[in-house]
Formats: sequence, C-alpha cells, structure tokens
Amino acid sequence: MTAYIIRRLWQMIPTMLGVVLLIFFLFNWVGGDPAQVLAGKISNPEQIENIRKQLGVDQPFWRQLIIFCQQIVTGDFGRSWSTNEEVSRIFATRIGPTLTIMFPLLLLETTLGIVFALGVAYVRGSLTDRAIMIACTFAMSISFLVYIILGQWLFGFLLGWFPVQGWSESYWKNLVVYAPLPVFLALLVSVAPTLRLYRSFFLDEINQDYVRTARAKGLSETTVMFKHVMRNAMIPILTNVAIALPSLMIGSFLLEKFFSIPGLGREVITAVERSDFPVIKAITVYLAVFTMFLNLLVDVLYKWVDPRVEFK
Amino acid sequence: MSAVIESTAEETRHDSAGPWRAAFRRLRNDRLGMVCVVIVVAYMLIVLASALGLVARDWNREVGVSYANPGFLPHLENLEAESSRNLTAQSKVPPVDLSDIDPLAPYYKELDERTARIKVTEIQRSDTLPFGGDKWGKDIIKKTVKGAEISIFVGFAAALLAAVLGTVFGACAGYFGGRINDLFEWIYNVFTSIPYILLILAFAAVFGKGIVTVIMILGITGWTGIYRLLRAEYLKHREREYVRAADAIGASDMRRMFVQILPNVSHVILVQLSQHVVQFIKAEVILSFLGFGVPVELVSWGTMLAEAQNELVIGKWWQLAAATASMAVLVTAFSLFTDALRDALDPKLKALL
Repeated sequence: MTAYIIRRLWQMIPTMLGVVLLIFFLFNWVGGDPAQVLAGKISNPEQIENIRKQLGVDQPFWRQLIIFCQQIVTGDFGRSWSTNEEVSRIFATRIGPTLTIMFPLLLLETTLGIVFALGVAYVRGSLTDRAIMIACTFAMSISFLVYIILGQWLFGFLLGWFPVQGWSESYWKNLVVYAPLPVFLALLVSVAPTLRLYRSFFLDEINQDYVRTARAKGLSETTVMFKHVMRNAMIPILTNVAIALPSLMIGSFLLEKFFSIPGLGREVITAVERSDFPVIKAITVYLAVFTMFLNLLVDVLYKWVDPRVEFK
Repeated sequence: MSAVIESTAEETRHDSAGPWRAAFRRLRNDRLGMVCVVIVVAYMLIVLASALGLVARDWNREVGVSYANPGFLPHLENLEAESSRNLTAQSKVPPVDLSDIDPLAPYYKELDERTARIKVTEIQRSDTLPFGGDKWGKDIIKKTVKGAEISIFVGFAAALLAAVLGTVFGACAGYFGGRINDLFEWIYNVFTSIPYILLILAFAAVFGKGIVTVIMILGITGWTGIYRLLRAEYLKHREREYVRAADAIGASDMRRMFVQILPNVSHVILVQLSQHVVQFIKAEVILSFLGFGVPVELVSWGTMLAEAQNELVIGKWWQLAAATASMAVLVTAFSLFTDALRDALDPKLKALL
C-alpha cells in the first residue's frame, strides 16, 4: 500500500513537469510579451515595466521557466494584471462561494441519480423506463445555456421565487437565498446524463448471477437491490463522482457567470476576458495538481470499497 | 450472438458484401436511425446551401423594424420599434436656422445641389417577419440558418482535427510502443490532468477569437479520448496475423500502420468522430456565448443565445426559441444517429453496452 502510493507520487513528477511546460509554453511563448498583451489595458508604463521585470521577459527562456517554477512552489504568482489583487488572495476568497454552490449540487446530484437510476433499472424495459430514457435524451439535447436563461427568467424574474442573482457576506444567507436557484437549474441539467449513466451501471449488476442467487435464496427485493446490487455498482459511481470533482473546483463557470457568484469559475472567465494571465496560470496549475492527487485518492478508495482490487 | 455469426459467415461467402455494405444494411434496418440520418442530411444540405450562398446570404440585412413580430403574431405590442420610429420622426423636424453664424452658410446652395444628386432609398422596414426579427430587425430564420452553418462547420472541422490528431498519436503510441508510447502517454497525461473546461479557456485566453482559432482550440484539446481508444486498438492489431504477414512481405511501418491496420479500426474512428461533432457543437455554442468564439461580425447559435438572454426580459422570445429548437433537433438526431452507427458498425458492441 505505502509502496504503491510512493510509486504513484513518483510517477506524478513528469506529468506535473509537463503541465508546467504546457502552461509556460502557452502563456510565455504563444501569449507573448505582456507589454503587448497589456497595451491599452494598463495605461501606466511603470506598472508594465514592473510586470516585465517580474516575469523576466528580457531574459532567456530557461530563466523565465525558473521564475515560473519558483512562483508555483512558493504560491506567489504576484498580482492580477487587471485588478492588482494578489493571486493567492483571489484563490482564498473565491473558493468559498464556488464550494457553497457545488457541494450541495454534487451531493444532491449523486443521491438523486442513484435513487432514480436504481428505480428505473428495477423496472427496466417497461414503458416507464423507456419514457424516462427518451425524456433524458431529449433533455440532454438542449444546451445548458438555455436551461439557465429560461430558469433565471421564469423563477427569478417572472415568478420572483428566488433572487435573479446576487451574493452576500453571510454564509447561511448565501446557502438559503442565493444558492437554491443555481443549484436547482444545474440539477435539472445534470440529472439526465447522470441517470442514464448510473442506470447502465445498475443494469450491468442486475443481470449478474449473484443477483439471481440472492433472489433464489429468498432475500427480499429491497435487500437484493440496496445491499447486493447497490454496493457493487458503487465502484463505477465513485469513479464518476471523482472525475466530476476537479470541475467542481472551478464550479460550473456558466452558473457563476449568470448568477454573479464571486467564485473561481467566474474569476477564470473574467481573467480570460481581460487577458489576466497570472490568474489563469495559477488556477490551471493548481487545479491540475489537485486533479492528480484526487486520482490517487480515488484509486486508494477503490481498495476500501472493493477489497478484491489489487494494487499493481 | 448467433445472428452475428451468421451474418459474418454470409459475408465471407459473397466477396462483394464487404463489412461496410453489411454495416449499411444494418443501419438501413434501424428505423429510428434512418429518421435521424434524414434529419442530419437535411441539416447538412441547409448548411451547404448557406455556405454556397444559395440561402441566407443577406442574413445581415436589416429588413424589419426592431424586434419585428413573428408573422403568426402580428399584433403583439412592439414598444421598441415604436420608440425608434418616434426618434426618426423627431429627427425630421427642420433644424434651427444657423445661417448667420454658420461658416458654411455661403455653401448651402452648393451642398443642397450635391445632396439632391445622391439618391437615397428609404428601406421599407416591415412590421412582421416570418419568425420575428432581432434588435436590428434582422430576419431570425436567416440568422438561424447562418448560425447553423457556422456552428456545424466548427463542430465538424474541430472533430476532424481531433480525430486526425488522436488517430496519428494513438497509432504511433500503440504501434511502436516503447519510448514513443511513453512520450505520447506523457502528453496524454498532461492534457488530461488539467480539467477540460479550464484547458479550453487557457487556450482561448492566449489565442483570442476567430473561427479558425475555435477549431484549433477544440481540436488540440479534444483529441485525448480518441487517442486512448485508437492506441488500444493498435496495440491489439499489431500482433495480428495479417500485420505480421504484411511485415513478412516487407511492408514499411507507415504502410502497416495506415494501409493495413487503419481500415480495420476505421469504424472506431468514425463513431468517435460523430460523437465529437455533437460535443464540439455544444462547446462552440458555449464559447461563442461567452464571447471567446466567433468574431462579432459573424453569427452562431452561441451568439444568438447571448443576445436572447436580454431579449427574453422584454418578452422577445423568438430568437431564443429558434436557436434552441434548431440546436436541440440536430443534437438529438446526431446523437441517436451516432448510436445507430455504432450498432451498425460494431454489432458485437451492442451486447456489451
């Protein structure tokens, strides 16, 4: 176990190096001289000269790469080019709102997905099953954008059940007043694909021999479904949730943009709009690192969920 | 399963019925699949006609009043059009006489003569358009067609680029193995360790706007899934007898990779290509909506949705409806077509899925 984790950590190093190189190549090479990027955005030549000096633009590329690596290790990406806010502060203040939206969303999505998928898988092949599957296909064909535009208009503007957008200082107020509408709309969108996917996981298990055996020895349907089928289907479901986690960190950036939620996702979009490279660079690098550790965590979790899994 | 065995046995008897023809026959028997083929082909024809300038060439002309009503709802209240009409009426009030202080006063006569020589045709703006108009009075139907052309073109081109990259990388990694495999696996790991949306936005931040840019961004970031599958296929195929036989008669690596093996894995590529078209159309719409996609002078479903967001509040729903419906129908048909294609090309897979 320990040997496995150490080996995985060792293997992460080249990948991490690759991410750093890719980001460096994109922003320092393709992105070009900040003086050019920022022309017209920052009027103060002194400030631009500072940024150039900080990035070492006039120095050879290997030197710039070292500066970039230093920034990553120390976590000091300097200041945002557009707001002059420290990048580390941006991280610290934006992550809260993102999680306030995304954590309830992930929880509800997974729970609802499992419950509905189990139900649909149980009545597989029936009219209900087919009707729900057709409805899912149709629901998935409509753009996420349309759900938000219509939902915000209907529930926020026309019916006035929720505030159209906004955010406050108080955590509970955010959770109770501002979060429900975006979470609800995101649920509407994500339930269809989740349901379809989980249904296929359950169907894989339902046709297995052990299910027949369990029924043959007279176990109740509830025990068969919730104990036998559910536990075995948990492995692919867990993988799926883990894959969704990194994108959870930037939140659904569309949700944050539409509802003016000051989270990481909206920060990324504003940064792209303003060519605010330090912010994008920092978020990309750290999220990649986070994703790598998460993958490792999931692989270790497998062992816990399914003792048959062996580390190679 | 027995049906599959029978059909392959039949194919070996008649040389003419190749795997592609057999797949086509299976596809033709899939009724839902055929309906979807018809819908997709219809979209392609419209896109082609629009690209050749046969339809929607004048989508940019302002033919109606601002937010012209749809033809089937001619009597809706249109405050926007009225206010702009009032503005035009106001501007027709004769200007204040400034001739005693205006330095141009001596030239008034000459200027009037010159003005008279230029013909001004007042555009007759109609109050209603077949499916309504946008803020500038452009015809929504033509706009939707033009938007479809760009969104679908971007989707196809990006999927093609991703498929080419994924295939070449996957073929090299799977076929050669060893160091080359390590190299491509490394690149793959790097690209997949950054969350996909973030990767796209990072590329968008550096490369800026434009149709070609969007295609490049989606293609360069989207090849990983195809690579994974193709690498596995090549790993499997390189040990097969027919490839060894090709080796024995002295076929080069390139020939074995792309002449011998490629046709045998092409069904995988085709299905992936089709899946990615849908995925990239959706991605283009979101990118354009955010303003990182097509430039302002062009229209795509994404920019239409961006405009529609503000229009909905003042009760102008037609642009939203047009863009949503045309996109939903295409995406549904294309996804179902992809499923049918997969079933037809790889009947063994159906049992697994």
